[in-house]
Amino acid sequence: MMRASTARIVLYVVSALVLVYLILPVLIIVPISFSSARFLTFPPPSFSLRWYQLYFSNPAWMQATRVTLTVALLTVAIATPFGVAAAYAISQSKLRIMRLIHMTLLLPLVVPIIITAVGIFFVYAKVGLVATMPGLVLANVMLGLPYVVISVLAGLQSFDPAQEMVARSLGMNRLRSFFAVTLPQIKSSVVAGGIFAFISAMDETIVALFISGGQYQPLTKRMFTALRDEIDPTIAAISALMTAGSFLLVLLATTRQGKKT
Amino acid sequence: MLALVSPALLVILALIVLPVGWLAWQSVYHDGFTLENYRRVFTEDVYWRSFALTFEISLAVTVIALLLGYPVAYLANSLPKGWSILILSLVVLPFWTSVLVRAYAWLALLQRTGVINQFLRYLDVISEPLALVHNTFGTVVATVHILLPFMVLPLYAAMQKIPNDLMQAGASLGASPSLTFFRVFLPLSLPGVLAGCTMVFVLCLGFYITPELLGGGRTVMVSMLVSRNVELYNQFGAASAVAVVLLASVLATFFVVSRFISLDRVLGQK
Repeated sequence: MMRASTARIVLYVVSALVLVYLILPVLIIVPISFSSARFLTFPPPSFSLRWYQLYFSNPAWMQATRVTLTVALLTVAIATPFGVAAAYAISQSKLRIMRLIHMTLLLPLVVPIIITAVGIFFVYAKVGLVATMPGLVLANVMLGLPYVVISVLAGLQSFDPAQEMVARSLGMNRLRSFFAVTLPQIKSSVVAGGIFAFISAMDETIVALFISGGQYQPLTKRMFTALRDEIDPTIAAISALMTAGSFLLVLLATTRQGKKT
Repeated sequence: MLALVSPALLVILALIVLPVGWLAWQSVYHDGFTLENYRRVFTEDVYWRSFALTFEISLAVTVIALLLGYPVAYLANSLPKGWSILILSLVVLPFWTSVLVRAYAWLALLQRTGVINQFLRYLDVISEPLALVHNTFGTVVATVHILLPFMVLPLYAAMQKIPNDLMQAGASLGASPSLTFFRVFLPLSLPGVLAGCTMVFVLCLGFYITPELLGGGRTVMVSMLVSRNVELYNQFGAASAVAVVLLASVLATFFVVSRFISLDRVLGQK
């Protein structure tokens, strides 16, 4: 577009530095997690697996991990069908109120999370959902819904609803034509939406800080408290594992989305 | 069709609309109608300072993110597809890494015995460790890191829509590359700039984890005011009033921006 010039070289250098700034902190976790030092030192004096051992042998961390995985899986199981149904209705309906409903479904992205967290805490305190598993799952379903809705709506944009009409004119009912004709074609955006909801539930911290307690505390809540009180290298091991996990999932989600287009 | 949206809508209504309404109610009602909570928010020094600091930090973070994000988006837009996918992947990967993990990473990098201080001492550039974290500096560095993808993606999306012909037309009419950039490309990318800045600014207004962990208790942003009023002081009315003012600031920002560009453009990027 532009011929090679000083401006172009400056552009390359600045962009490279910004990319290093973005990626380096994420990668630095890995060597730290394999360090043998009790305190953060870099480069690590020698390598060891002791922080991983500590993590896997600590019942509190393990319980928190189980809670997180359970919450994330249940969140996906509920948020995905809810979000797909909503996105389908929004894309098909010509009702004017749908636009308002669409905006309402995106509210979790707009309202500052701290406000949502305190608000849910007050409501849960009234109905007895504080420090319970259903309360935790429900909150994460709410937070994950926008990701499913956005992803599925994007998938439906390239889908021609006339195909479903054809299926229906050939005698399928609405439900069957959706599962036989529409769903297979938007499958990748449904899976991608579900993966994003899963990652969002794995990462959710602030709402959990207010509404979780007792034996139902997710990993992030314990990590937050541990980071606030004292930096424990066990967190580096957990962080490295979490990062590897989300990299794999994002890779899966994006290749899926890529397949569609 | 309404039956299909109702499960999702019910969850959202019950867990975000109702709670926010509750907060608003609680902020003005305590054994009778009162504006006492708002009087405190608007007159007491602690609240003022915190709101002022939050706006300053959010503005600074937005400007820095724009300055860092624009070149990256520009480069991704101008390179062949393979390279731009690589650049965008590098931008998006940290975006999907846990915010807590990244807070930990910044602590590891910036603290007194952290990687950066050790490296600088090894090079003999400094003799005493620099105070890089547990202050506003650390908060800003980590916050920009977390919000930068929200800037780059809308910028890239807007740049993609600018037809290449326009630049060539500019060049063929004798304009230098920098003139075509400033007179043609930059103005056409402004909707993306506005979308990215809005998203970063609004998200920053409500930031919690990063200032809490990297601010060292000295950088008290509004969201921390909300949580402290609930957790430490049991001041639910005050917490609610602060939350309502924060939400109003966010909605006001969206309202002002919506007069210039469509909000779909801002929200659709996520």
